[in-house]
Amino acid sequence: MAALAEADVIRLQEELKAKPLTPGQLIKLRFLRHKMAVLGAIMLLVLILYAFGGALVYSEAEANFTDTKIRLNPPSAEHPFGTDTVGRDILARTIYGGQISLLIGLSAVVVEVIVGVLIGAIAGYYGGWIDGLLMRFTEAMFNIPQLFLLLVMAKFFGGKIPTITFLNREFSGSVIVIIVIIGITSWMYLARIVRANFLSLKEREFVLAAHTTGTSNLSIIFNHILPNSIAPIIVSGTLSVANAIISEAYISFLGLGVQPPTATWGNMLEGAYNYIETAPWLWISPGILIVLTVLSINFVGDGLRDALDPHAIVEAK
Amino acid sequence: MAKQPILELQDLEVKFHTLDGVVHAVNGVSYTLEEGQTLGVVGESGCGKSVSVLSVMRLIPDPPGKISGGRILFHGENLLEYEEAKMEGIRGAEIAMVFQDPMTSLNPVLTIGRQVSEAMIVHRGLTAEEANHRAVELLNMVGIPDPAERFGDYPHQFSGGMRQRAMIATALSCNPEILIADEPTTALDVTIQAQIVELTKNLRDRLGMAVIWITHDLSVIADLADKVVVMYAGYIVEEADVFCLYENPLHPYTVSLLKSLPRVDSHRQNKRLATIPGFPPAGTTIFPGCPFAPRCSFMVDRCMHENPQLQQAESGHTVACWVNIEERREI
Repeated sequence: MAALAEADVIRLQEELKAKPLTPGQLIKLRFLRHKMAVLGAIMLLVLILYAFGGALVYSEAEANFTDTKIRLNPPSAEHPFGTDTVGRDILARTIYGGQISLLIGLSAVVVEVIVGVLIGAIAGYYGGWIDGLLMRFTEAMFNIPQLFLLLVMAKFFGGKIPTITFLNREFSGSVIVIIVIIGITSWMYLARIVRANFLSLKEREFVLAAHTTGTSNLSIIFNHILPNSIAPIIVSGTLSVANAIISEAYISFLGLGVQPPTATWGNMLEGAYNYIETAPWLWISPGILIVLTVLSINFVGDGLRDALDPHAIVEAK
Repeated sequence: MAKQPILELQDLEVKFHTLDGVVHAVNGVSYTLEEGQTLGVVGESGCGKSVSVLSVMRLIPDPPGKISGGRILFHGENLLEYEEAKMEGIRGAEIAMVFQDPMTSLNPVLTIGRQVSEAMIVHRGLTAEEANHRAVELLNMVGIPDPAERFGDYPHQFSGGMRQRAMIATALSCNPEILIADEPTTALDVTIQAQIVELTKNLRDRLGMAVIWITHDLSVIADLADKVVVMYAGYIVEEADVFCLYENPLHPYTVSLLKSLPRVDSHRQNKRLATIPGFPPAGTTIFPGCPFAPRCSFMVDRCMHENPQLQQAESGHTVACWVNIEERREI
């Protein structure tokens, strides 16, 4: 009887308390309060719709169809964004180029997160000489200017990977190369963030508690500590998408990236610099799209940073 | 029931190599724990209580900590010789532990249910579904209302007492033979403390496990423990069964500890709460005499030069004190 009464008392006490918000609800609430982040998210959604929805209007063949008779035509009813140096429709190319640019941005970040989290987590958790070795390696990578590394690797690996077909689309090997080299030249910041997080989290009592239940080191790293540092990883990863898109634009602009006829926003700019004044429509639309994408991703990342910060306080309205 | 020692600490020594020098955290501590027995370990902060039980789990942070001597026998086998993988099989399954602060010892981003069921998946090879089912039963057993519903809650949605209940459920999930409770009630308020002690008592009697209950509060273990070990500066200074200790404390430190407990009737006697003057010694200094001597009001010359060994004072009652052993002086 005594146990029953006790349970009843506790139940009553619990019922009288207001149920606290779940972490998910709190994050949503904080994110929605961040006006620029919401704007960024909407803008990003529109851009994604543009790149992927546009594919329903224009086929890839149209985007890559050359007609030198109409080269360098200014925007018209038939070609709303004009035509490029070989007479391809720029509107169609920004659509397909957008797909590739966004795809490269996302996949490069996946590569970056995998490498960065692995190195950072192992260094932070084990500490000692493992930490020393991995962090010196990270610093060494930091010391090589990323742009040079990107260009050298793009030049070296470019054309060595065969074209693959994925989701009924052909991706030239250069897309894969770009994804991988952007990924493996940009993980260092993330590795440092993750390591710093692990250094402090591994001293927490719940890690000791996990040890006392016989949980293995690997499980503690990935199932117990990693979920606790997911917030900075998401923020850093989001902001990295913008960087990866810019990196891709760099490489492609210099002609070492994704090779035509596959369009990306970056390689659309490549041919444009000879016509900066005479045919501005060549660079205006891909340029604006890059700027808008990067800007909106940064807004979203900023909003996520605030939303995922457990110390941020949501003011009651 | 024939009482067999399931856990035996023999001359355990633990040192921490810090920048300030070597801290002698545990200096030759021996005690035994019998089947179904509850052992109370009492002492001030920093006297080596937690370190001695963390050594049993082999979870002393190394570096800087190092178990430099002694043996820890679990069913006659020395845990200190176990490989790490074998030790992982002991932790949580055979020996489980509950920590002081339930606010920090639960992972804030995993659901309560997930944390309760983890050990069963690791040790008992249960499928996630079986483990979840069993976790709900366990939560019910430790007195969490609507366990099926609260199963998916996160720790911050639980109150302090409920978190400690959830910790106990986690610890008990694999039916361990020994439950180590490291000051499990210190972070809770008094009414919840009593509930947790009561819960532990009920579960101990029901599941027949042995309990090591660490505390700095002698009143908490009064009706919980069978045997009490009093530690000071890494030494055991007195060991006795619980009634013996409360009725006839022999070591001046134990006497002072008992005196410094607040009593309901103390205001009538118009007395201030007794305290022990001074602080426990820093573990880095090596003092030839009894470590308690500088704070002891019964101190004799010999105390400053020679550290007394544990000696039997009466049946089942040992004490390390020159005053008691040599002089038989009444304290």
